[in-house]
Amino acid sequence: MSTDPTPIEAPADDNGFMRPPMDFQTRRMRWNSMRRHAVNHLVTGLALLSTLLVIAPLVAILAYLIYKGASSLNMAFFTQIPAPVGEPGGGMANAILGSGIILALASSMGIPVGIAAGVYLAEYGRGRMLAMAVRFTADVLNGVPSIVMGIAIYSLIVMRQMHFSAFSGGVALAIMMVPTITRTTEEMLATVPHAVREAALGLGVPKWRTVVSVSLRTASPGIITGCMLAFARVAGETAPLLFTAFGNQFWSYKLNEPIAALPLQIYIYAISPYDEWHRLAWAGSLVLILMIMMSVTLVRIYAGRGALKGAS
Amino acid sequence: MGVGIDVEHLNAWYGATHTLQDINLNIPANHATALIGPSGCGKSTFVRCLNRMHETNPIARATGVVKMGEIDIYKDASPVEIRRRVGMVFQRPNPFPTMSIYDNVASGLKLNGFRNKAILDETVERSLKAAALWEEVKDELKKKSGASLSGGQQQRMCIARALAVDPEVLLMDEPASALDPVSTSKIEDLIFQLKSQYTIVIVTHNMQQAARVAENTGFFLNGKMVEFNSTHMIFTNPADKRTEDYITGRFG
Repeated sequence: MSTDPTPIEAPADDNGFMRPPMDFQTRRMRWNSMRRHAVNHLVTGLALLSTLLVIAPLVAILAYLIYKGASSLNMAFFTQIPAPVGEPGGGMANAILGSGIILALASSMGIPVGIAAGVYLAEYGRGRMLAMAVRFTADVLNGVPSIVMGIAIYSLIVMRQMHFSAFSGGVALAIMMVPTITRTTEEMLATVPHAVREAALGLGVPKWRTVVSVSLRTASPGIITGCMLAFARVAGETAPLLFTAFGNQFWSYKLNEPIAALPLQIYIYAISPYDEWHRLAWAGSLVLILMIMMSVTLVRIYAGRGALKGAS
Repeated sequence: MGVGIDVEHLNAWYGATHTLQDINLNIPANHATALIGPSGCGKSTFVRCLNRMHETNPIARATGVVKMGEIDIYKDASPVEIRRRVGMVFQRPNPFPTMSIYDNVASGLKLNGFRNKAILDETVERSLKAAALWEEVKDELKKKSGASLSGGQQQRMCIARALAVDPEVLLMDEPASALDPVSTSKIEDLIFQLKSQYTIVIVTHNMQQAARVAENTGFFLNGKMVEFNSTHMIFTNPADKRTEDYITGRFG
């Protein structure tokens, strides 16, 4: 056969004696073993390479942001509002506060609705028409471009109120959070073993209590991850805020008035013709990424506290 | 103390499958009753009808009368009330993975809104002692997850969890089939001790186990109860040919 391995020469041992030549079977096994090792190394190498490819952009972006933005970070950046054109200095304090307000609004609306819908899909709606409709809608909603979401909320809320507002920005981001949270909640609840639910029901625990204290609690690490992903995604969104929160160069914390937001401020500064503003845009980008990373880390630490020994 | 269970004309379905066909049976209080029979004969469905777990499956349905003492469990009470009075131990240990050992045992009370710490402490200790697990876990009650115990320990913890709500009846659906021989014998010893205080119904594939722990035994086949008698009679002098074939190992 043409695929047969080349015969392996029997090596001489220390005393110069020849070991008996290996029979065909042994040679074949040795060849197979060598091939398996080679394939193993090859695939491990490919996996490692892919990992590096995934990590590289994140590290590169972060490094570049620090390189470009860190020098413009000072106390003024966190305490002052933007300076008028031509004047040096100024900061993004109002935008940081505004982003915080909009994201708090979005989370307080989007997370409960998203989790509740996921609970319905996983625990109550199995096999029902409504559940299928909700699932389909969530998947479609997930694919709606964020600029479209901004225009939709503009016509639904802003046009009726006749003014831009922090509230409408919060609603736009909340709607963008819902599908991700709903689908992760559903999928995470589906991983909770049926036996665990039966254990609770068998103890005379009502269904709603079983869902809240057993199913949701068991699935909570995954659900929290889903919420964090949704949060991190909308935290950097600019398009839905263009026609809703609108942006503001001054302090504003009222929900029914236009409000500044970091992504908006970065956008305005980045497309401006002034070098000073470009530097501030870099600093703003760095702050935005750090804020997202910080809130995700804080939630992780908070959610991971009190973990038990041997908990799965 | 346990109560007896009278079952009259019990029928159960999964979708179109008639899983239990006209079961009539008196389960005496404070005794262990074993249910034997080949796989798929309806024993598990039968015990799940005794605490109304059967109906948690949306395609399942049951008719007939099941009387616990004076109460008809299908007419006079809600499933939730019945399940508090009829504890259940499942085939595979099913601890709550996110809860400590303490919380697992206390879960039946805690999840029903019971908060008195002194009574919870006392109940957890009493239940774990009754399940012969106290000595092995007492030092790490609140630190260790229930899921970190060995399989046999988990199953005894699940028994403690069922006992903690102070049931009158304890249903055990093949409680030792996923365990090693040592753990199995611990569970059997436990059943032997518990049956003075609880009415125990145990489903088992292991006929020696039925002979060891139960006063009475019922033989199920194809959704029907073929024979019910004292364990001694079933194993030494069965009235029905099919029972004899099964216990002598001619089929199943």
